Amino acid sequence: MTGRALAVVIWLLTIFCVALFFMGWWFPPSISEHGPAYDQQFLITIIVVGISFVLAQVGLGYMVWRYRDTGRGERALYSHGSNRLEMTWTVITAVIFISLAVLGQRVWASLHFQPAPPGTAQIEVVAQQFQWNFHYPGADKQFGRTDPTLVKDADLNFVGLDASDPLAKDDAVVASLAVPLNRPIELTLRAKDVTHSFWVPPLRFKQDLVPGMNIKVHFTANKPGKYELACAELCGQFHFKMKSYMLVIPGNEYDELVALPQAQFQARMGELLKKYQ
Amino acid sequence: MAEAEAAHGTHAEHAEGVHRHPAPTNFIRKYIFSIDHKVIGIQYLLLAMASVFVGMFLSILMRLNLTWPGTKWPILGTLFPAGAPNGIMQPEFYLSLVTMHGTMMVFFVLTTAPQGGFGNYFLPIQIGADDMAFPTLNMMSFWVTFVGFLVLLSAFFVEGGAPLGGWTAYPTLSAIGKDAGPGQGMGMNLWIISIAIFCAGSLLGALNFITTLLNMRARGMSLMRMPLTCWSWFTTAVLALLAFPVLLAAGILLYLDRNAMTSFFIPGGLVVSDKLLVDHKGGSPILWQHLFWFFGHPEVYIAILPGMGATSHILSTFARKPVFGYRAMVFAMFGIGLLGFFVWGHHMFISGMSPYSGMAFSILTLSIGVPSAIKTFNWIGTLWGGRIRFTSPMLFAIGFVSLFVAGGITGLVLGQTTLDLSMHDTYFVLAHFHLVMGVAAIFGIFAGIYFWFPKMFGRMMNETLGKLHFWVTFVGVYLIFAPMHIMGIVGMPRRYAQFTEYDFLKPLHSLVLLVTIGVIITATIQLVFLFNFFWSIFKGRRAGDNPWEATTLEWSTPSPPPHDNFAGIPPVVHRGAYEFSVPGAARDFIMQTEPEPGEASEIVSTEGSSGNGHNGHKH
Repeated sequence: MTGRALAVVIWLLTIFCVALFFMGWWFPPSISEHGPAYDQQFLITIIVVGISFVLAQVGLGYMVWRYRDTGRGERALYSHGSNRLEMTWTVITAVIFISLAVLGQRVWASLHFQPAPPGTAQIEVVAQQFQWNFHYPGADKQFGRTDPTLVKDADLNFVGLDASDPLAKDDAVVASLAVPLNRPIELTLRAKDVTHSFWVPPLRFKQDLVPGMNIKVHFTANKPGKYELACAELCGQFHFKMKSYMLVIPGNEYDELVALPQAQFQARMGELLKKYQ
Repeated sequence: MAEAEAAHGTHAEHAEGVHRHPAPTNFIRKYIFSIDHKVIGIQYLLLAMASVFVGMFLSILMRLNLTWPGTKWPILGTLFPAGAPNGIMQPEFYLSLVTMHGTMMVFFVLTTAPQGGFGNYFLPIQIGADDMAFPTLNMMSFWVTFVGFLVLLSAFFVEGGAPLGGWTAYPTLSAIGKDAGPGQGMGMNLWIISIAIFCAGSLLGALNFITTLLNMRARGMSLMRMPLTCWSWFTTAVLALLAFPVLLAAGILLYLDRNAMTSFFIPGGLVVSDKLLVDHKGGSPILWQHLFWFFGHPEVYIAILPGMGATSHILSTFARKPVFGYRAMVFAMFGIGLLGFFVWGHHMFISGMSPYSGMAFSILTLSIGVPSAIKTFNWIGTLWGGRIRFTSPMLFAIGFVSLFVAGGITGLVLGQTTLDLSMHDTYFVLAHFHLVMGVAAIFGIFAGIYFWFPKMFGRMMNETLGKLHFWVTFVGVYLIFAPMHIMGIVGMPRRYAQFTEYDFLKPLHSLVLLVTIGVIITATIQLVFLFNFFWSIFKGRRAGDNPWEATTLEWSTPSPPPHDNFAGIPPVVHRGAYEFSVPGAARDFIMQTEPEPGEASEIVSTEGSSGNGHNGHKH
């Protein structure tokens, strides 16, 4: 009785787990060039995972159902195992698992093993407890000098921009990220205080920002809109509200925006945030 | 004591029934500062039990806060006036719950109960020894660990409260002091001290386990005749011996960074709360992650391997079948242990570590799925053709297999660099590791408690309550952790005190509620276990020497065993550990101490009884 009940419970729980994946909760639609390849790799993997999970649970349930002690005094099968079976399942699992691991490098390699194409637009991301700062280089496409000793949040100099540097004249530092549609973008990620993590769910991309490091990453967003940008690495008490937005806007709008000096840049960013709801 | 051990430590005396230390006569030496491995084992179990209930209570508070953020819980205002003023939980309080829940569960439950608890109690008995190799050291390991627990608890009561950086304590959040947040001052210092003490205690324990297993096996107990539990405790001890020193070193460096102005983990040029840190330069926050996870990944196997051993042991006993593929099981355990040291980087794919390292770690990580799968196949193989008796320990052991598969298999997702780009630090990760190293390991512990309780206390636990406990817990944990996978796919980040700020998290509220309901049901039923445990110590049905008709040495001695385990007569082992349903045998199990026909003369022989397993085995 207990055996059959256990088998049924194992099978019902298996159905529950599988069903959860068909209830409509899923990734937000991808907005990046590498997104579809990511989604495909996830799908392949989750199908392999799902099949293995179901087979193992159904098999476990079957053994429990079939081989319960019936109390008729029969003995169990006296077997110490089978080397052939051990070999078979070792080889099969090794082939499947390693293949998945190798396939699972493709998107990674495309993002991380190749540098951004020459001429890619640059933005510096400077994270701090509990705020995002985005530093745009302006029309000259060159960043002004920054220095931690110049940081003064009270004066809104969050990234320590050196106002005396001529390259800094046209730079803008704002609290939201705008990237051009269908063009590669390169971010340089830095953290002022503790480790943070750049996370835009529909982008299928996440990268830590580590104090003391300048981490360069690149991607291409391909769907215009306004997307929530979250911090994904525990950074302290208000980690849960370290929020910003990433705007994906057509190339011409982007070019206009980044040519604006600080004050107009900020105003225009406010308009864009309203425009792309 | 040490002198007495040195003087009487020769093996010849075992044969004459002289125990290395006499039975204690006063209460303190018998139950408090005992050097008897059995008492120490129970002390570890009770410590783990205290810790698991505190840890579980913290998780209930976390769920309340996540499900109904900003709600007033007057009782919490009384209990935690700083963390929950007027009964409203603050985000830093939530994070301190996260930190303390993780630290207590990983260190003081999953590391102590399976190894310090059952390993201490049963490793010597299962190999036919009268105690651990170093009984005094053994007492010290427990008390050192106990002090570590008190230090950890004290972090709740200092200014700023418990630390909020999670059990992984990543710098620089953990390194730059209270400017980084409440709890990062004194609370964080106490956390580091607690963990350092814990490491020391675990190291002492690991040395003891390894020495005992290698040197003190009874005559005839060759390595390949040992129960798989012994193999699992041995492998775990080796992992602990290699992993804990690294965490200890990392902890010391972090402590120095905080208190001695060193800069192992703190780079120059930091600006915290608009103040430039001028005292530090040249450190690397990622260095901590390497050190931590070099320990942290083997730690996962330290938590789960003993559960695997207990599951193999219990499945075989109640399926009335030899373990399927005993050798493969031993090699798979070693494979997991060895590979476990080469995969720590999969926690760090997006940490800023070289992406090429990430690729190598990824492939090694998916390779570790192979020995894990081998173990699963062999457990199912052990059930195949059996005559399964569905006792409480058996139900939990079968539950272990189901949960190990459910939790382990998603490692195939998280182990891939590409997929980690989205899944890292989401609820998908929570679901994965809670199922596999948390819940599966806890099921291993429950299986062990229901299985060995009669041996430890001489009485049976109540089967009806045991089964009720199993059914509700088994369904409950799936209810809690299966939905978390979905939350992770949608993108819900870990360690958020509230999900109120993001639109993309709003559709998940019904799942958040479902999980909380699962937590309340599952936590409540644990009270039935607690009652059963303590009630059965005094009122349970009396157990004989061998109530489960099992084969290994612990079942050939009285329940509970005498002070020196075998009443002065060292056992002699004649066969492997799992001889069930042998065709032609009188009963459906043959104990390891039963001689082969025609071998009878050997049992009366007492010479050379230390053996190390070299004498008298037939392989």
